Amino acid sequence: MAEFLLEIGTEEIPDWMIEPACEHLERNFLDALKEANLAEGVTCITHATPRRLVIAAEGLTARQVDKDQILTGPPQKVAFDQDGKPTKAGEGFAKRAGVALESIEIGDDGRLFVKRSVKGREAVEILGEALPDVILKVHFPKTMYWTAKSGPRFIRPIRWLVALLDGAVVPFEIAGVKSGAKTQGHRRLGTTGIDVTGFADYQDQLAENYVLLSAKTRRERIEKLANDLVPDGLRLRKNDKLLKTLGYLTEYPTPVLGTFEKEFLDLPEEVLETVMLHHQRYFAIEDVAGKLQPQFIAVANLDGDPDGEIRRGHERVLRARFNDGRFFWEVDQKQSLADRMPDLDGVVFHAKLGTYLAKSKRTTTIVDAIAADLSAGDETAGHARRAAELAKCDLTTEMVGEFPELQGVIGGLYAAHQGEPREVAHAVYDHYLPAGADDEIPRDLAGRIVAIADKLDTLGGFFAAGMMPTGSRDPFALRRAAYGVIRILIEGEMALSIDRLCKISGASNHGGDLREFFVDRLRYYLREIRGHRYDEVAAVIGASSDVPLDVSARTEAISQVRPTLDFEPLAVSFKRIENILKKAGGVKKYAAQTVNPDLLEAGAEADLYAAMTDLSAKVSGQKESGDYVAALNAVASLRPAVDRFFDDVLVMVEDEAVRNNRLTFLAHLLTEFSTIADFAEIVSG
Amino acid sequence: MPNYQDIILTLKSFWAEQGAVIQEPLDVEVGAGTMCPETFLRVLGPKPYRTAYVQPSRRPADGRYGENPNRLYKHMQLQVILKPSPDDIIELYMRSLEAIGIDLRRHDFKLEEDNWEAPTLGAWGIGWQVMLDGLEISQFTYFQQCGGIDLELVPAELTYGLERLTAFLQNVDSVYDIQWSDTSTYRDVRFLDEQQYSVYNFEKADVDATRKAFDTHEAESQRLVAEYGGLGEDDTAEKSRFPLLPAYDQVLKCSHLFNTLDARGAISVAERAAMIQRVRKLAVSLAAAWMNQQEVIG
Repeated sequence: MAEFLLEIGTEEIPDWMIEPACEHLERNFLDALKEANLAEGVTCITHATPRRLVIAAEGLTARQVDKDQILTGPPQKVAFDQDGKPTKAGEGFAKRAGVALESIEIGDDGRLFVKRSVKGREAVEILGEALPDVILKVHFPKTMYWTAKSGPRFIRPIRWLVALLDGAVVPFEIAGVKSGAKTQGHRRLGTTGIDVTGFADYQDQLAENYVLLSAKTRRERIEKLANDLVPDGLRLRKNDKLLKTLGYLTEYPTPVLGTFEKEFLDLPEEVLETVMLHHQRYFAIEDVAGKLQPQFIAVANLDGDPDGEIRRGHERVLRARFNDGRFFWEVDQKQSLADRMPDLDGVVFHAKLGTYLAKSKRTTTIVDAIAADLSAGDETAGHARRAAELAKCDLTTEMVGEFPELQGVIGGLYAAHQGEPREVAHAVYDHYLPAGADDEIPRDLAGRIVAIADKLDTLGGFFAAGMMPTGSRDPFALRRAAYGVIRILIEGEMALSIDRLCKISGASNHGGDLREFFVDRLRYYLREIRGHRYDEVAAVIGASSDVPLDVSARTEAISQVRPTLDFEPLAVSFKRIENILKKAGGVKKYAAQTVNPDLLEAGAEADLYAAMTDLSAKVSGQKESGDYVAALNAVASLRPAVDRFFDDVLVMVEDEAVRNNRLTFLAHLLTEFSTIADFAEIVSG
Repeated sequence: MPNYQDIILTLKSFWAEQGAVIQEPLDVEVGAGTMCPETFLRVLGPKPYRTAYVQPSRRPADGRYGENPNRLYKHMQLQVILKPSPDDIIELYMRSLEAIGIDLRRHDFKLEEDNWEAPTLGAWGIGWQVMLDGLEISQFTYFQQCGGIDLELVPAELTYGLERLTAFLQNVDSVYDIQWSDTSTYRDVRFLDEQQYSVYNFEKADVDATRKAFDTHEAESQRLVAEYGGLGEDDTAEKSRFPLLPAYDQVLKCSHLFNTLDARGAISVAERAAMIQRVRKLAVSLAAAWMNQQEVIG
């Protein structure tokens, strides 16, 4: 069994692309082995630094197994003439098979055949042929060419290649780079042209040359050394995403502790964090109460900072950026958010949808409508309206110009600073929420209304203009917007109807498309986030999908009632009823007629009818009060009566009046109790 | 500690030793060294070329009246083009930093993803921002497209921010405190420039006159490129001497005048996108004509 090592030496790969690239590389590699029948018993791991993607595999077969191959030729009659002499066809086959005609055998089916033993190829040869594709077919979000327009594409230029099978070079070439047995160390602390023989040796040699091959080792080193640097009584503000980023920005990470002037702590924490974490990639330091401290940890791609030069450099950069922040804050206060409103006419939202001033006005109208629908009260309605007017005004501030990722947040901070009511400031601050899966929804009702209205206007505008997402293309993040609306409606417990929202969104004649778009997000939310089963969601949405909050409550109830004894069997019976009605002309046809109690047969039929009439009032009362679990349990209690009905009663009897009345009765039973969920959608078992 | 001009001289001689033609700045206003014909036109076509030059780069909207320690109306870029890019380009770049006294064993050097794009030039590339102890000191780009044309040979473009680099080396917080020569500071040399151009760009530039100038230069460029396009295919004599370089100057003028109008707050939203499109159109058609002329000249 052989060991294989592949190192793709590159220039610095963007940190966020490295892990997906490793996964892809491993898959390509294993696929190639499979195709060559070499995959069995192979175990393989990947590693990466900014400058190298690495595969180490064990258990490779050094050679393919020899295989017998049978070549079948023409029938004997065709291959030989009447005199037993070979024909052209016979000679042709012998030539193709590479044997003398005399040595060819004839099979039971009368056809000529040749048995050959095909020698298995050497793995080194197969790998050499496969590796260029294994490497170049790794998917990256954006690739480049570097040798020439016609040259290969990769994420960054490939500068060296190591490919060793049990220490022997697997020869191949990409973009003029030949595979070999030499690797490179850290750009400045290591050397180049380092000979390696196998994975263990490779890893050791790299470590000696200041490259820690394992990302996990690098992260652990960062965490450990950073924690050692943090002064007593304080702690590192945990940030796994940053830790991961730094692990892939360095080959030999070493944390450095820096400080900044206490006065900067007067700046909003949002600004301090954005500069430190996102722009400069520093860890923040806090006290045990979580209060930010005037210190930070930078992570250098070196072994240390003996004379403090790196620390001083990072401190100077941070000071300049904080100074900018302070300057922007001061300059921005010269004009209040409210006074900035007219300037929004100079900021384009989208060429087809006008400026942010126009958008703000539309959003304000939507806010008014939603607040009225919710009977939110004058105070909340007023706050929401004010917030909608101010929400986009921070787009004209210097601070947002410098830190665009703080849009909304800055508006909220300025609103609070400029004496707007707390709810207004919160609503402005929160109105882009939820932007990501981990985000909360806005904290107050006013903010929720504004957040919905802002997204609704965006959706309505783009849908009206016919610019809906297609496939994976969603340049305006409309899916995220619609999903955000659904989340706010459900998690914020707002009983608004999708139909109504589409109507006020401005989607005009594309309202129907937008409606479907919302229902799709709703399905996604119930299934993927809430973890409901596929058929439960289908059943509930099948009954009605208009009020997401209500849909969610009904789905919860179904999930809860489903494990009870009677539920699924009843669902099966409902499915049966539906099928009977469908065959007989459709549910609607019979539901429109009235049941004649006199035509019901005494016994199972009349009993079921009585049970239905009995339950009907009870169930609708429970439904009205939102107690879907009780209502569903009540419906489920029909099961014995339904079972008995099907045991004792034939539906499709000869007598047309009785049959018709029976079908009508069943249609009523079905529709009456299918308003919470369309039970026929439930898949039993 | 090296002063500003020492750094420039050292970097120039470093790249001269790598075979670069040391050019002098273009005498037309540009927003970045990339826009100079030494980059924009030279990267087109199959001819190898290496050049380095300092380009004063004017960005009217970035002016701060000489009051902001880090922001300038006009900053200096050292622009290096190596076409095609050599395999050891990053190593060369690192050595250039060492040549000006930066010990990269003692400073945190990182390449962080930053792809470059200039819509007005129909140009984009893949690359990084170069971070030194957390400070962005250079932009490194492998050009992929220029003037809307896929490039045959991939050039590496290195753009050094000279003020930042010097402030870093001299350990000063404000660009104005940079020691330019042994006797003069950056403030001595450039303060009035910054102040007066800020006043002009933000307050005094005549909007109508600037607009008219834009139209005039646009028309001149269009006229020349159209005339070139009208030349017969066999008219190689006229084609090879045709003034496309002056036509390109007109494109640069338009770009700068657009920036001036923008700083002046004179461009409406609708107009803005349209004007960028106008400049791009000029640049792209000029690039196509230039490619043709290069083939004619051979």
